[in-house]
Amino acid sequence: MITKEATAVAPAVQRTVPEPPRPTGKRRAWDEAPRWQIYLPLSIYLVFTLIPFYWILLFALRPAGSTSLVPWPVTFDHFEKVWTDRSFGVYFENSLYVGVATLVMTTLVALAGGYALARFDFKVKQGFMLALLCSQFVPGALLLVPLFEIFAELQMINSLVSVIIAETVFQLPLSIILISNFIKNVPYSLEEAAWVDGCNRFTAFRIVVLPLLRPGLIAVGSFAFVHSWNHFLFALMFLNNQDKQTIPVGLNTLMSADSVDLGALAAGGIIAAVPVVLVFAFIQKWLITGFSAGAVKG
Amino acid sequence: MAQAAAVAKPPAPPRRRRASATPRRLPYLLIAPAALLMLGFIAYPVISVFYYSLQNYNPTKPWRNGYAGFDNFVHAFTEDPVFWDTLTFSAKWVFVEVGLQLMFGLALALIVNQTFVGRSLGRALVFSPWAVSGVLTSAIWVLLYNSQTGITRYLADVGIGSYGTSWLSDTSTVFSAAIVADLWRGVPFFAILILADLQSVSKDLYEAAEVDGASKIKQFWHITLPHLKDAIILSTLLRAVWEFNNVDLLYTLTGGGPAGETTTLPLYIANTSVDAHNFGYASALTTVAFVILLFCSMVYLRLSKFGGGDK
Repeated sequence: MITKEATAVAPAVQRTVPEPPRPTGKRRAWDEAPRWQIYLPLSIYLVFTLIPFYWILLFALRPAGSTSLVPWPVTFDHFEKVWTDRSFGVYFENSLYVGVATLVMTTLVALAGGYALARFDFKVKQGFMLALLCSQFVPGALLLVPLFEIFAELQMINSLVSVIIAETVFQLPLSIILISNFIKNVPYSLEEAAWVDGCNRFTAFRIVVLPLLRPGLIAVGSFAFVHSWNHFLFALMFLNNQDKQTIPVGLNTLMSADSVDLGALAAGGIIAAVPVVLVFAFIQKWLITGFSAGAVKG
Repeated sequence: MAQAAAVAKPPAPPRRRRASATPRRLPYLLIAPAALLMLGFIAYPVISVFYYSLQNYNPTKPWRNGYAGFDNFVHAFTEDPVFWDTLTFSAKWVFVEVGLQLMFGLALALIVNQTFVGRSLGRALVFSPWAVSGVLTSAIWVLLYNSQTGITRYLADVGIGSYGTSWLSDTSTVFSAAIVADLWRGVPFFAILILADLQSVSKDLYEAAEVDGASKIKQFWHITLPHLKDAIILSTLLRAVWEFNNVDLLYTLTGGGPAGETTTLPLYIANTSVDAHNFGYASALTTVAFVILLFCSMVYLRLSKFGGGDK
């Protein structure tokens, strides 16, 4: 995304920068802010970011009734209680099932759609693109009632399938746009070369394009997983049986109880956070490159 | 997550292929699953919302069901003060949240874009709330704001404020309390997207500016900001739509209270349809919300001259 200013200034660069590179220290001067200008605001922001995390850990690990600011002695009672008595074990399994199924469905459907948008010119293409963009404005939360009626008609209320479908559908538009941008960045000639070598379209895609799409697929897949893991309203609305509920609904139940068991709530929160934190740690590196390659360069 | 599209560009001009290379039905087969899912579970519900908005429809009062014309809309605009209250609160919420998130997100992105010792750890830590859900954010801040064992107790211990203060149940503090909780989760969104876009600023530009004697602030105004412009416009727009629509956090953190103080329009709609079963009226309110969103987005894109300097 180079702006006009950028391209206009670029030629000037060649003229003004002296040919032999300047000494390294000087050359990098533009890049170097005084250290305190980095560390001071960063530390302040880190305190704001980390205190809430520390707070929930504190409540999860210290015994009920303790007011110590250090979680010592450490107890795992809250985790045991929330996992078995408050059925977070069951919720965890349900959430994992919904998350993985949404990830797989979203990625496959978006790969197919994204490939079509990136490689073909067809009649309804512009209309389809427009529909994808417009659907960004459609809030799932406001469609709860008609969606409920559809799933009731399909006899899917109280089945995790309803939540998986709903999560996938609202994840699709963005995923398709992202994946089609990633595919556009892979030169078509690579595929054509593979056809010449005797591959059919699908095999060529699988062995030539797919490996190059890895950062994009990781970004899209983890979005789908994290989003459906975190999302709350669909599960709240479409699943009535307690043994079908997901983690966010379980957390909400803990919070809306008359006297909130803070230790259990904190332990439940940690259980909710673990998978997304793991996914996040794993994808963080790809997230930035994924965005800049897939979305920005377009 | 909506911001990812923020930086998505319009599609490149379609490539022309010879007919032999392009089986005619293949693209349609490929988009069919996505198209069918979206038709069935987005388009159809949207149309039925429009339909219900013109109906009296309440499963608990079936004797009143039937065509209502524009009664629902008239009721909302003329007889329902709650509608106006929630709309005003929504506007305030979106404006403050998006403004602050952009400001802090931009600052944070510029900081972690520098080279310094511990950068990757710093990035991972400041971005970490990104992955946390609205409900979990609520859970965390419920613990922090708790009147007995929350942060106010320890502040009171060192002489700041008084014991038993509950920021979430006091109408004078609940807004700021909710804003801070949502900021905690929202700032990393902007930071991640802006950082991604910063990666593509050509370093030569800064070197040239440096040689020409431009100050850091000038470099920011004349190189960095113009480069980020389109990304910022789109991400603020999508974030605003998202903040408007999203109900997870407020639903679980304040439940719209105390005394309806933090009820957004979508939260009111959810209550109207789920608790009061007044689907017809809720649909009319949804339609109004759609129209407002669409209108504001167009005005915003027009005013900000989106895509202006970009070819």
